Amino acid sequence: MSDRVRTSLGPLELPNPVMTASGCGGTGRELAQFFALTRLGAFVTTSVMSQARAGRPTPRVTETPSGLLTAMGLPGPGIETFLERDLPWLMEQDVRTIVSVAGNSVEEYADLGRRLRNVPGVAAIEVNVACPNAEDRGRVFAWHPAAAASVVRAVRDHARPGTAVFAKLAPDVTDIVTIALACVDAGADGLTLINTMEGMAIDPKTLRPALTGVSGGLSGPAVRPIAVRCVYQVHAALPSTPIIGVGGIATGLDALEFILAGASAVAVGTAVFHDPSAGPRVLRELEDALAARRIGRLADAVGLAHKPAGYVPPQVRPQEPEKEKL
Amino acid sequence: MSDTPVQTSGTVLTVRQVQDYHALTLVAPAIAERFRPGQFLALAVGGEHTSRLVRRCFGVHEVKSDYGGTVELVFADTEPGTAWLAGRRSRDQIDLVGPLGRPFRLPRDPVSCLLVGGGPGAAAVFALADALLRRGCQVHFVLGGPSARQVFGSRMAQRIGDSSTVATEDGSMGETGTVRDVLPRVIEETGADVVYGCGPTDLLRSVTQVAGDFGLPSQVSVEEFLQRTGACGIGVCMTCMLPVHGDDGVTRMVRACADGPVLRGDRVRWGDLGTIPFDALGAPRVLSVSERGPR
Repeated sequence: MSDRVRTSLGPLELPNPVMTASGCGGTGRELAQFFALTRLGAFVTTSVMSQARAGRPTPRVTETPSGLLTAMGLPGPGIETFLERDLPWLMEQDVRTIVSVAGNSVEEYADLGRRLRNVPGVAAIEVNVACPNAEDRGRVFAWHPAAAASVVRAVRDHARPGTAVFAKLAPDVTDIVTIALACVDAGADGLTLINTMEGMAIDPKTLRPALTGVSGGLSGPAVRPIAVRCVYQVHAALPSTPIIGVGGIATGLDALEFILAGASAVAVGTAVFHDPSAGPRVLRELEDALAARRIGRLADAVGLAHKPAGYVPPQVRPQEPEKEKL
Repeated sequence: MSDTPVQTSGTVLTVRQVQDYHALTLVAPAIAERFRPGQFLALAVGGEHTSRLVRRCFGVHEVKSDYGGTVELVFADTEPGTAWLAGRRSRDQIDLVGPLGRPFRLPRDPVSCLLVGGGPGAAAVFALADALLRRGCQVHFVLGGPSARQVFGSRMAQRIGDSSTVATEDGSMGETGTVRDVLPRVIEETGADVVYGCGPTDLLRSVTQVAGDFGLPSQVSVEEFLQRTGACGIGVCMTCMLPVHGDDGVTRMVRACADGPVLRGDRVRWGDLGTIPFDALGAPRVLSVSERGPR
């Protein structure tokens, strides 16, 4: 792999910018059947909570135009089983692992940060703030700057100081920049943008909501323009805060779009359901896209869309044509 | 490793209408050589720039060695994705992932096996029948459906089976009634040692109950449940969950795709499909919070 695509997210250095998005890579074992997970910049786990959770009843997913609507209810084995069974396996594979955490109270987030404190194999922690706060009538942390900041701070304060903490924000808020600022003030080393967006579908056969959760999170290419907008706005306000761009990335050009908007890394989510090897494919296509644009280093492309039209990034010289081919 | 699934492009050989269903034959040697009866394939639909992101999962009817290896799938056209598949022509390419899931377990000894199929899911029991016959097992079929056009494979069952019984609800083929009505009699007549099933959930539930009444083990493929609820087929999306109790008596929500599709019938909590039983591992204890739950 070339150094062209090396990237850094605050204290976290990655050989390439392509990750799996939380909730879309299973335990890692499933995707490892199709490619070596070390080819990913990092593997982001499904959100872990304190206790095992069965999640919502089926149907949990419905297909919408260029998207999926899902209401999973954050199913998972709970932190204990995760630390005993899933994380050691990822460590054995030598996969850079970003552990996503979720909770229903500030204390639960703090506890998860504490549980991950002295565990080897945690490259970074991603705080999924799109969870209902049981102590605030089920209102979602991600909706309010102070609430989002409180859970980020809870994790930051209890996690190991050197471990990067990222906050994953929801797009369906009045002003995502305010929430991003609050999270960075609370100690987030970076931001993951975006989580799913709330939507709803009604089944014309049953004449009832298509999901048992009634509404669900919309993902896939349908939300990509929204995600790109969020990345662009937040990068404009916080140019030195690293961003992991997520939302409907299915090709290398999609990934490039996020990088130009200001993301230093990207995560592939819904596309993995459609194409198990989407991660390595997106990376390959991104490398080709950078080369075709003569962009020498990924870092030179980060936030390029914010630069004035005349600005040209440092370019690599086109390779000398091989004489045999002439 | 030959038991890991592959992602490959399959070339369409034929698409045929079979009664109310469609039979799609694909040239896919890498999948054909790995396939074991009961496993399934996950197909991408809609072509390269599709807006349909959910993989469609189908059991395999038949594997042949022609053209290096072909697989045949049988499906009902029920939605735009299956309509797209039914509209494929010879030489079209389809992105396939497979073979996926756990196969049927085969008996070590040449015992008497009863294979129960309903709807398009009946196709999957024929791949199983091939394997059982090669082991010298007796193979008896029971096929069912609402009417004759929804009974798949009755002629083939007659040809290759030691016996074949058909039940239709409207009496347009075989006996009038459901599979459940004929199953006890067929079990007695055939002296079956094990019962296999693939088809709609109600049928699998009947198979499990009747087999249990006779003290027989049952293995069933929840392929139809997977088709209705799944999105990826490979075990990452966690949408095809159903309650199954384990050796330790604990009920867990398991994936129809990666933990199935073949399950021990007596382990599935058929009455609780589509729910999270209150005693399942990780079942919600407080209902109020989930009113506006996490996504």
